[in-house]
Amino acid sequence: MNILKISSKNLVRNRLTTILNIILVAFGVGILSVLFLASTQINNKLENNAKDIDLVVGAKGSPLQLILSSVYHIDNPTGNIPAKDAYQLMRNPMVKRAVPLALGDNYSGYRIVGTDSSFTNLYGLSIQKGSYWHKDLEVTLGSNVAVTSGLKIGDSFFGAHGLTGSGDIHKKYAYQVMGILKPQGNITDNLILTNIGSVYKMHEEKHTENHKHTAAEEAKEINDKQITALLIQYKSPMSVVVFPRMVNHSTNMQAASPAMESARLFSLIGVGIDTLKWFAIFIMGVAALSIFISLYNAMKERKYDLAIMRCLGASKPKLFFLVMFEGVLVTFMGTCLGLLIGHAALEVIGIYQETSQAKLTGLTAFPQEIYLIWIGLFIGALASLIPAMQIYKVDIAATLTKDR
Amino acid sequence: MIRVNSLAHVYDKGRRLKFPCWEIGDMEQWLLLGASGSGKSTLLNIISGLLKPSQGAVLINGTDLYNLPVRGLDRFRGRHIGIIFQRPHLIRSLDVLDNLELAAVMAGLPIDHERNRSLLADLGIGDLAKNYPDQLSQGQLQRVSVARALVNKPDLLIADEPTSSLDDENANQVIKMLTTQAKDNGAALIIATHDARVRDHLTKTYLL
Ligand SMILES: Nc1ncnc2c1ncn2[C@@H]1O[C@H](COP(=O)(O)OP(=O)(O)OP(=O)(O)O)[C@@H](O)[C@H]1O
Ligand SMILES: [Mg+2]
Repeated sequence: MNILKISSKNLVRNRLTTILNIILVAFGVGILSVLFLASTQINNKLENNAKDIDLVVGAKGSPLQLILSSVYHIDNPTGNIPAKDAYQLMRNPMVKRAVPLALGDNYSGYRIVGTDSSFTNLYGLSIQKGSYWHKDLEVTLGSNVAVTSGLKIGDSFFGAHGLTGSGDIHKKYAYQVMGILKPQGNITDNLILTNIGSVYKMHEEKHTENHKHTAAEEAKEINDKQITALLIQYKSPMSVVVFPRMVNHSTNMQAASPAMESARLFSLIGVGIDTLKWFAIFIMGVAALSIFISLYNAMKERKYDLAIMRCLGASKPKLFFLVMFEGVLVTFMGTCLGLLIGHAALEVIGIYQETSQAKLTGLTAFPQEIYLIWIGLFIGALASLIPAMQIYKVDIAATLTKDR
Repeated sequence: MIRVNSLAHVYDKGRRLKFPCWEIGDMEQWLLLGASGSGKSTLLNIISGLLKPSQGAVLINGTDLYNLPVRGLDRFRGRHIGIIFQRPHLIRSLDVLDNLELAAVMAGLPIDHERNRSLLADLGIGDLAKNYPDQLSQGQLQRVSVARALVNKPDLLIADEPTSSLDDENANQVIKMLTTQAKDNGAALIIATHDARVRDHLTKTYLL
């Protein structure tokens, strides 16, 4: 028998009110924690994947789309650029490192990226098993690809045309797995790396057994060698101003900055996040009000219980603490439930997400979530303060001598 | 030993209630008699440390109740005085046994499970230990409140009209229990009443 037991027994006795209050708190906290987890994870992912890339050069079109397709591997590319123009740009003195990308195929949803060894340097990749690709049609798998596809070193597979879906399979040439990368915690875990030659080879094959595309389109795609994009690192930060302008004005290509585009993307998402945040705060406010009202109402009946406890020797501060404790207990349970719901919801969202590149997970926790618990406790204390103060007004003798 | 000295109390907008001096020896059993409105409940509340009198002092075994700090008075009441009201006033969310344990916890004393069980058995409600107050009859409830008043082995047992809502049989039993339990537990007993059924059980009377 202690305060916890007295409070919880009383909460159980008024279980409907208790459950309502717990659910209200849980909803508010749940929404806040989903927002918090999702935005932190998205932010981390955006930053992680674009960390060392100063600029992306690709075909003209939406700059956001260019970034999404060649840095985050989410959207479709804006188109292709002539390889010779790209190589010319790579030799520019302002460029420290330039990584060519040739996209176009996938294997069960994982993108096959044609590139060269500069890609491994850019992302600081290292091999877990086997080796990097060397010749055409050799590939190295991202760690996540290896785990989910079950492909092992020496296995071979066919790529499918397009960036998702497996409708249009290139049956003529099979890729061969040469190695598997160590987990990097970024986008490369979900990529299949090969050389640019392999991608060209696949599309030569397309040419011969072409079904859907017009001959003219195919010819354009293959004949004068093209690549999809170029990831660029500057020699000095000074180039930020000059280089993109040079690309945009003097070539037929487009330059986009990952930092700027992801900031723009985030500010778009941010409006929605803000709305939801205010909604969650509103729900928390309603929860606080509901706890306040139910505690305050209950005081009419609890007055007798509290007078009896005083009679049995409990001091006023002790009973004040008892009432406060009850309110705080409700919000504490609500907060914990809310965090649980938040994490579970995010995990479910992650499972139903189509793109494996930006997968959200509810299985990570952040130390900042402790603040949510503190906020919950604070709201509980705030809501029970006025009801608890009634303790100091109860006249025990009058209460107990009168009939109920 | 309990002493009441030149006590008087005036309620807001009420007339002045004066109480004659009163000395109660250890383990003595008293009836407090008086017409309705004569101030019986008021006097008992003052003796129990629940109502500060406008004038005068209450001494229990040498302790001047209203000279104690507020917290000290609460603690003293919890440990030395057992109170039984006209209505049982049990905590509805707790079962009978928990209601008894509450008395020890609120007074800051350790829980004596064996004593609680034997108290309930002595009062003939041993098999109701796990029942909730809503499931008990008036007579049973009043017995539980007698048991609760005895949990901390008080020096003084105070009962304000304990039988007024009970039938003859229950009233007789509750009074018998009060007197025997007070004796067995070494406590003095004061019963305020205008119930004729009670008068035969006690000899000493204090009239208001
Ligand atoms: N809280 C109070 N505020 C003001 N006056 C009160 C209060 N309680 C009691 N009184 C008055 O004090 C007087 C004594 O009341 P008290 O309840 O002590 O009488 P009692 O002898 O116990 O009566 P009864 O036998 O009906 O229980 C009455 O006149 C009553 O009206
Ligand atoms: Mg009375």
